[in-house]
Amino acid sequence: MVAEQGTPKRLHFDFVGAVLWLVRILAILAVVIGAFVSLTSGRLSAAAWLNFVVIGIGQGAIYALIALGYTMVYGVLGFINFAHGEVFMSGAMVGAFAANSLAQAGMWNSSPILSILIVLLIAMATSTLVALLLERVAYRRLRNAPRLIPLITSIGASFFIQYAFLGLFGAQTRTYPALSILDGFISVAGLNIRYADIMVIGAAVVMMVGLYTFVERTKAGRALRAVAEDKEIAALMGVNVNRTIVLTFAVGGAMAGAAALLFGVVFRTVFFFSGFLFGIKAFTAAVLGGIGNIVGAMLGGLTLGIFESVGPSLVLTGLGIPSAHQLKDVVAFLALVLVLIFKPTGLLGERLSEERA
Amino acid sequence: MAQTTKTPTAAPPGDLPPTRRNFVDLVMAARWGLVGGATATFVSAVGMVPDFDGVMLVDPILTLGYLVLFLVPFGFGYVAARPPMTLQGQEPARVGPRNVLAGAVAGLVTGLVLIIPVLVAANLNLRSVFVNLSPAMVETLTFGQTVADSEGLVIPAVGLALLIAGCLVAGALGGAVNVVSTRWRQAILAGLLWVLTVGLLEDLVMQFFRGINLDALVGVFFAPGGGLKPLGTIIVFVLVFSLRLLFARRPPRIKARYQALDQAERRRWVIIGIAISAVIVYLIPVVLGGFMSEILDLVGIYLLMALGLNIVIGFAGLLDLGYVAFFAVGAYMTAVLTSSGSPALSPELTFWAALPFVVLAAAVSGLLVGTPVLRMRGDYLAIVTLGFGEIARILFLSDWLNPVFGGAQGITQIPSPSIGSLELNTPPQFFYPIIVLVFVAAYITWALANSRIGRAWNAIREDEPIAEALGVNIVTAKLSAFVVGAALASFAGALFASKVGAVFPNSFSIVVSIVVLVIIIVGGMGNIAGVAVGALVIVGLPQLLREFDEYRFLLYGALLIFMMLAKPEGILPSRRRVAELHQEEMGQDAWLTAEPEVELDQARATPATAKD
Amino acid sequence: MPQTKLRIRLLAVLSVLVLIVAACGGGDGDTTTTEADPGSATTTEADPGSDTTTDAPGTTTAGGEDLGSVTIGAGEPVIIASIQTISGATASLGQDQVDAIEVAIADRGGELLGHPIELQSEDGLCSADGGSTAAEAIVANPQVVGILGTSCSGAGVPASQIMSEAGLVMISGSNTSPSLTALPYLADEPLEAQENWNPGYFRTAHNDEFQGAGAATFAAEDLGAATAVTIHDGDPYTEGLTTQFGEFFTGGGGEVVLATAVNKGDTDMRPILQEIEALAPDVLFMPIFQPEADFIVQQIGEFPGLADTQLMGADGILSDTFVVLPETEGMVFSGPAQAAGSAYEDFVAKYEEAVGSPPIQAFHAHSYDAANMLFDAIEAVAQEDGDSLVIDRAALRQYLYDLEGFEGLTGTLACNEFGDCANPAIGIFRNDDPSAGILGVLANVVGTADLAEQVDPEKLN
Repeated sequence: MVAEQGTPKRLHFDFVGAVLWLVRILAILAVVIGAFVSLTSGRLSAAAWLNFVVIGIGQGAIYALIALGYTMVYGVLGFINFAHGEVFMSGAMVGAFAANSLAQAGMWNSSPILSILIVLLIAMATSTLVALLLERVAYRRLRNAPRLIPLITSIGASFFIQYAFLGLFGAQTRTYPALSILDGFISVAGLNIRYADIMVIGAAVVMMVGLYTFVERTKAGRALRAVAEDKEIAALMGVNVNRTIVLTFAVGGAMAGAAALLFGVVFRTVFFFSGFLFGIKAFTAAVLGGIGNIVGAMLGGLTLGIFESVGPSLVLTGLGIPSAHQLKDVVAFLALVLVLIFKPTGLLGERLSEERA
Repeated sequence: MAQTTKTPTAAPPGDLPPTRRNFVDLVMAARWGLVGGATATFVSAVGMVPDFDGVMLVDPILTLGYLVLFLVPFGFGYVAARPPMTLQGQEPARVGPRNVLAGAVAGLVTGLVLIIPVLVAANLNLRSVFVNLSPAMVETLTFGQTVADSEGLVIPAVGLALLIAGCLVAGALGGAVNVVSTRWRQAILAGLLWVLTVGLLEDLVMQFFRGINLDALVGVFFAPGGGLKPLGTIIVFVLVFSLRLLFARRPPRIKARYQALDQAERRRWVIIGIAISAVIVYLIPVVLGGFMSEILDLVGIYLLMALGLNIVIGFAGLLDLGYVAFFAVGAYMTAVLTSSGSPALSPELTFWAALPFVVLAAAVSGLLVGTPVLRMRGDYLAIVTLGFGEIARILFLSDWLNPVFGGAQGITQIPSPSIGSLELNTPPQFFYPIIVLVFVAAYITWALANSRIGRAWNAIREDEPIAEALGVNIVTAKLSAFVVGAALASFAGALFASKVGAVFPNSFSIVVSIVVLVIIIVGGMGNIAGVAVGALVIVGLPQLLREFDEYRFLLYGALLIFMMLAKPEGILPSRRRVAELHQEEMGQDAWLTAEPEVELDQARATPATAKD
Repeated sequence: MPQTKLRIRLLAVLSVLVLIVAACGGGDGDTTTTEADPGSATTTEADPGSDTTTDAPGTTTAGGEDLGSVTIGAGEPVIIASIQTISGATASLGQDQVDAIEVAIADRGGELLGHPIELQSEDGLCSADGGSTAAEAIVANPQVVGILGTSCSGAGVPASQIMSEAGLVMISGSNTSPSLTALPYLADEPLEAQENWNPGYFRTAHNDEFQGAGAATFAAEDLGAATAVTIHDGDPYTEGLTTQFGEFFTGGGGEVVLATAVNKGDTDMRPILQEIEALAPDVLFMPIFQPEADFIVQQIGEFPGLADTQLMGADGILSDTFVVLPETEGMVFSGPAQAAGSAYEDFVAKYEEAVGSPPIQAFHAHSYDAANMLFDAIEAVAQEDGDSLVIDRAALRQYLYDLEGFEGLTGTLACNEFGDCANPAIGIFRNDDPSAGILGVLANVVGTADLAEQVDPEKLN
């Protein structure tokens, strides 16, 4: 970008650049050595290693769906919506109540598809409602404020929603009833892939494709891209900026609601704190893939899921680190740092908005 | 919109009889009432109303639960009945009974909405889902007018009627606040606020009375079972009300008067000021006693951290959400170097001997965190630093580093600092090293703010590419911000470790980073006094208001949202910050009030100089 | 201008005067309790004075230290403090202990020796700083006689030191960390105080050495396990327990093929289960909490290699919300041997009436016993002085150290010189019917490790 640099500056540039190169090399070395040791130790079979990848994709798909909400809001409004994790959690909790009611009514396992659809609608509606409330109450007036302000507001909103749910629904965990049709595997090339994982990945892909089509091909999607590019000019071009922003939050909320249902049906236990860590991970995923980029969010989510799942067993245990799975989050965040060092705009670069300095 | 035709005069509003019509919209008031009803339902369902019913504010009339409950229609009544804004040059709208009516309408609707949760809780058992829609809640909301179990719907009619009436009155009062003139309004609100404060901070006030040897006053003001006596309430209200009414003028600005003095006078006052401060500081823990000193110790530790984060975010504009990492490094280094229980190496240094190493370790970690993020933009920086914060905690917790840091068992038996042979291990004693380090940190902050590096930080905060173009060394500036911030946090960590005597990883979660962030945002970024106020409010108040413990984060969240919407620069902001955040408004005001510098004709007469 | 200057000066002088008056007059009252303790901050030495059993309770020990005393005037309350975790995600741990204490208070009619009992309830926050702040709040009040707490061992560490230096006694109904008292009980070496032991600290909950040993013995002998995997979740309690389990299991000839950990907040346990599947252990010892335990039992079904692995949990998940999960059928739990018998049933009935639902966690009876121990001690030691009560702090401690044959819900208790008063019996329960909930599990005892027999009786007294 900057062609000329003064002499003192160049020294510093070299120093920092050198350190970063060192970090890159160390990282690659660590990964290669660890992986080599692990794979050749015979600790786990090949099927087991592949299973790690499958597990990672399953978890990553959920990260991806939540990441979509982050990436869209960031792309259009330019700030991190910290409370998006809570949007997810609200759908998951309310979905749990709905699912348990259906189970009590005997419908859950007798008509599973219908039940899932009902709970999906309820979860999506709840999440969308929470997202819209957030926008209306907390964010609308701050549209033109410097970016730190809505960020802080979103942190406040995140705490508020978490503890509101704690107060309203109590601290205990809520569990979705088991869904018998999801039991079972398909055997593909020696790998056992659960029906549940297939459903999650399938649903995520469908949502992704749907959202991509929406953003690229429809009029509303075009409006979204326009507002992401430049709010004022878009308004001059006749785009109803307010409605577009509301739509962004609604769509993000709906995606999170879908993720909530998938999480609920597969992982089954939720409580008021479930959204917090997921929110952070999902935002990590969004940044990993390139913030503002929808395909990037999916890629980032899957990548993060795979790193988390494969990393500890493959690299850390190989390097001789005990209790490697405790360091799962360390792997995730280090992966983020390394990707950003290698590629500062994320894996696929930014898309929805170009300049966000 | 009909307006009486009166030409706007130059006299300030308030001196002329208001003639604009009273545009209070009753339908809007009803809508506010609906929102109020939802809020009141939420407050009840979350559990605040029945919980707080046990806390007596004014014995025996008012409990905190009822106060919180009726504050909702009061507040919404006030908002609903607000007269339209008076723009410059306009006359204020007339206020009158219509405002009270609007407030009453809002209150009425709120009360009507409250019927729903009461009926639901009284008739259905939804406690497996909504844990607080309990009989206790119903009883509180219906003033104890329970209805005997009957066939069909249980409708506590009397209780509900009382509730609705109460909301209506509260709303009307809220509306009435708009009617009285500003001076009276401020006096009334001040009086009420002080009554509430004294009632809630009962312990602090009682301790203060005891501390200055006026124990008898405790009996005058407070009832034995908790809460103010009616007599005490009246005394406080009347006192504050009359004081406010009489001394409505603002006291002259101390700063302006200080600058009006000459050199010799200034120096004299500075010395007197320092002497008085030293005496006060020395006496604070003595007067306030053990428990209050404990609270002040905690406030001091968080204040140290806040001063450090103030430099990183407030000065340099680097959004660091993982600040707890440096705090943890400081605490763990102290633990490792001073504790006899340190697993790997046990040099067992004294606190003061270990301090330089602690700061060194923190500086190194500042560099480790700062270097990878040098090229990252604002929001990326946020998530990466957050990640580093979590990484630090997990590493201290891990089995892998257990041999050095103790893992989940932490490190205990950390000794307290000592001066000579005197060991400082009680809260009043601990106060002194904390306050000394706070002053050191404040001095560092002040010195850096006015130094070259401080200006560099301002530059990169406001606009990085331009700063770079102007020759500011970005790398040095950012790294030094991280290093200084880390060093201050490590002070706090060291004090924390030796005060508590044990470090466990779960004391260093992301919540700490967020609390420190909230302190500087709510208190006022960039301003030392503001940060101090923020620390007192965010850390000190919850310790005193133990009743609110369960709802602490709920209130933090609401407070954050409210502050960002209403006063984003914080309680005591620095002037620069206010300027940055209200740029547009200030620019417009300046334009509106500016005198034209040059006559337009004259400007045209001079030949244009630019020839492109 | 001069007038305001004068005003300011006057104000400054006035405030300084007020503060000086305050300092000279009022400062002393709050520091006596912390200065009264004549330097008994030796935290690592055992207290040898108390194995003389000749001191009858109720007399001020002649050779003991002077820790001051509490004088309770006529009509004034006996103030008992409690430090429990009553807020946040782990609130259920402390809440039912506070409720049990209140049942104990109600059992005495709300009064002790004619004075009403006042409970000063503080929140320990299940963290070291929380425990520290709570303890400071309590010792600032010189009228507090004793403390019931803490819930979490982490909070107990600083609290134990602070209250000990102030001359108080503290009885915990659920701290199990060995570092708070002494080790080893189950070996031939003499008992040594551990690093966080302080005089005046007691507990009615067992030392984790017993639970680790009990669980390991059950696994090795009753289940015939040769290999085990342990998982902890970063909590000092769970990590300590897995360490103890590991020691005894290996000592008994077994092999811990993997000692690993998860994080609180993890949801996907499949990677770690995949690792464990390759090892196919006989027993998976996971003394962790919810919801991580939930995820493990729900996801373990996908790994056919683990179908034969016996899952073992501990008292962290001995709660209703966990055992009703259908996947927990067949799972085994170790925990304090539960109280039984008519006295216990009476207690549960009283508890239910006061709270509205039965107790949910496993230490409610221990908390009740702790409260009663303290009340008994106060009644025995307090001396009447006209209408007032005088309670000598040193005598209170001595009484508790000498305590034997205390009939509590959890058994016949005796306190040794390090404050371990618990009945060291560990129960092993199995969940054969998830729909029966926690009471069903606690009633289904499949093994008891009454390790008291293995212990030198001298050590227990």
